Parts: sequence; structure tokens; C-alpha cells
Amino acid sequence: MPNYMLLLYSAEVDEAGQAERDAEMPEWLAIGERLEGAGLLVANARLHPVAAATTVRVREGATEVFDGPFAVTKEILVGYYLLNCSDLDEALGQAARLPLARYGSVEVRPVMDIPTPGPVAAQPA
Amino acid sequence: MSPPGERPTQVADPVAAAIDRAFRDERAAVLATLIRQVGDFQLAEDAVQDAFLSAVGAWRRDGVPANPGAWITVAARRKAIDRVRKDRSLADRVERLAELVRLDAQEEPSVSEAGPIVDDRLRLIFTCCHPALDLSAQVALTLRVLGGLSTGEIARAFLVGEPTMGKRIVRAKRKIADAHIPYRVPTEDQLPDRLRGVLRVVYLIFNEGYAASEGDRLVREELCSEAIRLELLMCRLMPDDAEVWGLLALMLLHDARREARVDAAGRYVPLEHQDQSLWDRDQIANGLRSLERAARLRRPGEYQLQAAITALHLQAPDSGGTDWAQVAALYGELLKLSPSPVVELNYAAAVGFAAGPEAGLALLEPLLDVPALAGYQPLYAAHADLLRRTGDAAGAAGAYERAIALSANAVERTELERRLRVLTAG
Repeated sequence: MPNYMLLLYSAEVDEAGQAERDAEMPEWLAIGERLEGAGLLVANARLHPVAAATTVRVREGATEVFDGPFAVTKEILVGYYLLNCSDLDEALGQAARLPLARYGSVEVRPVMDIPTPGPVAAQPA
Repeated sequence: MSPPGERPTQVADPVAAAIDRAFRDERAAVLATLIRQVGDFQLAEDAVQDAFLSAVGAWRRDGVPANPGAWITVAARRKAIDRVRKDRSLADRVERLAELVRLDAQEEPSVSEAGPIVDDRLRLIFTCCHPALDLSAQVALTLRVLGGLSTGEIARAFLVGEPTMGKRIVRAKRKIADAHIPYRVPTEDQLPDRLRGVLRVVYLIFNEGYAASEGDRLVREELCSEAIRLELLMCRLMPDDAEVWGLLALMLLHDARREARVDAAGRYVPLEHQDQSLWDRDQIANGLRSLERAARLRRPGEYQLQAAITALHLQAPDSGGTDWAQVAALYGELLKLSPSPVVELNYAAAVGFAAGPEAGLALLEPLLDVPALAGYQPLYAAHADLLRRTGDAAGAAGAYERAIALSANAVERTELERRLRVLTAG
């Protein structure tokens, strides 16, 4: 069976909007359980908002680190790594070693730490 | 959310003076250590703020303690314990509380922790100047957390509204927490890059105060002093780095001329016309000593070169006595180390004095087409001066007019207008 990546996009919302979305939680949990039960789920996670994003590029051998998400629309998402690192410096260091960092950009987004019993539920970022 | 964190500013009395002194001298160190112990910027800052507020009452009642720094350290830790007890949203609340209570039970502040003793302030500086934070946020956070400037003071210095600056600082602290920006001195392989980043932030703070393109002069002068204070701290924490001393030398030498740069009428005075008796000789001597100290480490760098150039200007016996050949040679070195259009412009101007205006013009004119310098007032001012010296009055007048139109600084503009008038009158 081939693997598929589902990329979840949505607008960031204010606190009130977030409360509304948090109310969807049971629905997300149920979906997680169903996918897990059907043997379809490989991994999923909720990301911190873009305010916590850092973008890494390597140009002419020098690592360039920027605050914020990757914002050039000409480049497309081509893959992902989910890494377990001790802190941002380690994650940035690993990102800078990817060959793609030399011609593309790597956006490093922390995954939210959600203490949930059972399967981890995905939520729109 | 944090209290606004205004600096305690009571009328002059012994207790207020002691609190002011403790705030200035001890706050950064107390905060830096508490951040390491509680693992949370905002919580630590709030607790230190609480401690200073409680000091006002306690010190009036019981007298100023023999060691105010130690008093604040203990008080801040207890305030942090109170806050952690109340805040049930903290993920690792139990562990943090246990660690804080353990530290609080110790009689003396622990200095025997494993590993080499690193001043927590150094961790704090590297975290505030982490490249994953926006540069403007690095500057604001450094001033707020290490300098102890209030959000309002920083907002005024950078000419933005206080709510905007407040949001910038809150967002930076949140990113540190959410993205897990580490609280430590970078590893050996990252250190050179990251140290350059720190020095850049310090120099940016200084230049914001020194350049004073507009805005409140008093706040601006405070930025210069704050940058020098930060750099003195860097010299204490990283005394084996030549550029750390180089930057201190550069800022001291610039700042020594602060009084002479503007005349009684508020007009800008160019270096060659400055009243040298207004220069701060002690500060120049300090700057030269820092530069010598940097040179002994035998690792040349751009701040040292810039400081050496500034020193040559200051050591000239009079306006005509500057060793321009040496200045041009140093700019040539600087170009090799960190090429930029602005350095090329300074090189061209120095060559213009060392080898004549034609030689200077030959180097400067290609820069007129460099996009990065489009709208850069000093380019046109230098171009005008060189053209005037070659006798091209019409060309010089055009360049002066361009420079005047681009000048955002009133005193500088007045000086350029004066030069233009002299030119057209002659």
C-alpha cells in the first residue's frame, strides 16, 4: 500500500476562533482512533503557529537562519522529516545538513506537545 | 501577562538609591540565573519584578540589606515558587517546584554545580540574540532583559508605539519557549557565528543611539551608554576574543566625541571642525587601551579595524594632520575582510584625501550605480566634496542638493546647506 501525506492548511485564528476549533476536539480524536484502528495511520501531529517557525538555508557554505515561515511561493513542499531533537539548535543544525538547504529552504516548525491518552489527534495548525 | 516593568524611580532617598543601584547592577544576573532555574523567561521576569517591588517595602522597614543582590536573588526565587504553585497550566510544574524548593533550602547560592562555571548572563545574551529571532526582536529583548529598559523606553528609542514594542517582546519570549531556543552558550563550532550575531546586536543598539537620525536625544544617549555597558559585560565574560575588545574600543572612541558632534545651536559639527577640548580624553584613553588589548590577541577583525581608523582620526594633531594614507590602508584591509558598498565608499573618501580628489572620484563614481547605496546620503555628500575639490562647482552643487534632499537629520542637513552656500557664493 502506498503512503500518502495529507497536508492540512487553515488560516490562523484569534483566541475566540481557537476556542471554537478546540470544540472540535472529540471529532479529531475519533478520527485518530478510526485511522489507527483501520491500520491507516503512520504519524500525525499538530504544529505550533507560524510565529514559532524558523527557516534555514545554506548559501555559499554559510548557514542562514531567519525568523518566520518559509514564504516564497515558487518553491513547493517536496518532503518532510519528523525529528526528535533536544532543542532548536540541534534541529537547525540537522536541517542545514540536508542537500536541499543549499538550493531550497527548510522550514523548522516545533510540533505541539499534546498530552493525550491513546492515539494523538491531529488538529489544523 | 507581565506587569509593564517600569524601572523603580522614586525620589532620591537612601532606600530608593539602593534599589536603583541593585536594579542597575544586579538585575540581569539575578534574572539570568532564575531563568535557568525555572526554565521560563516570562515567569522569571515576573518573579524578579515582584522581588524588586517587595524590596521597596522591606528595605524601608528593615533597612537596606548588606548584600542587596543576594536579597533580591532569594526574594525572586521565592516569588517564582509562589507563582509556580499558583500556575496550574505549567506542564512540568511539580519538577520545577521541587528544584526551586531544593535551591531555596540551600544556605549559600550554589557555585559547585557540575561543569565549568558559566555566568548565566552569557547564556542569556546568546539566547536573546539567537538568529531564529527577528533582528528587531533580538535588539528589543536584549535591551529589555539584559539592560532592564522598560518596554516604553525601548519603544520611544525605536520610534514605535509601546503596544507594538510590547507585542514584539512577548512574541519573542513565546518563540523562545515554543521553539525551544536553548538557554546556553553555543557549542565551539557555532560560537564564532553566534558571537558575531551578539556583537552585531550590541553595535546596532549603539548606532541607533549614535546616528540619531531623529527622535529623543536623551533616550538615544541612553542607548549608547547601554550598548557600552553590555559590551563591558561581554569583555568580562569573553575576555579572550579580540573582536569583543575591538567593538568596545570602537564604541568608546566614537562616544568620546558625543559632546563635540553638535554645537551650542544644535548643529552637526564635522570631525575636522570639532572642538577637541570637548572630547572625553579619559574615554579615548580607555578606548585605545581596549584596542591594544585586542591587538595583543592577534586575531584582526572588522571592529578592530574600524576602531583603529577612528583612533587615527582622534590622534591627528589638527584637521589637516590625519594620516590619510594609513586610514586608506586600513579601509583596504576592511574591504578584504568584510566587503560592502559602504566600506568601499569610505575607502574612496580616504583615498580622496591620501592621493587626491581625482583618485577618490575614480573609486567613488562606480558606486553611484550600486542599488544598495541609492538614497544613501553620505554617498552624495562625499561625491559633492570630491567634485568641489576638483573644481567642478556645478557638479558639486548638484550632489550637495541630492544629499540635502536625502538627509533625515536636521543638524546634518544644516551643515550640508552651509557647504552648498559656501560653494555657490565662491
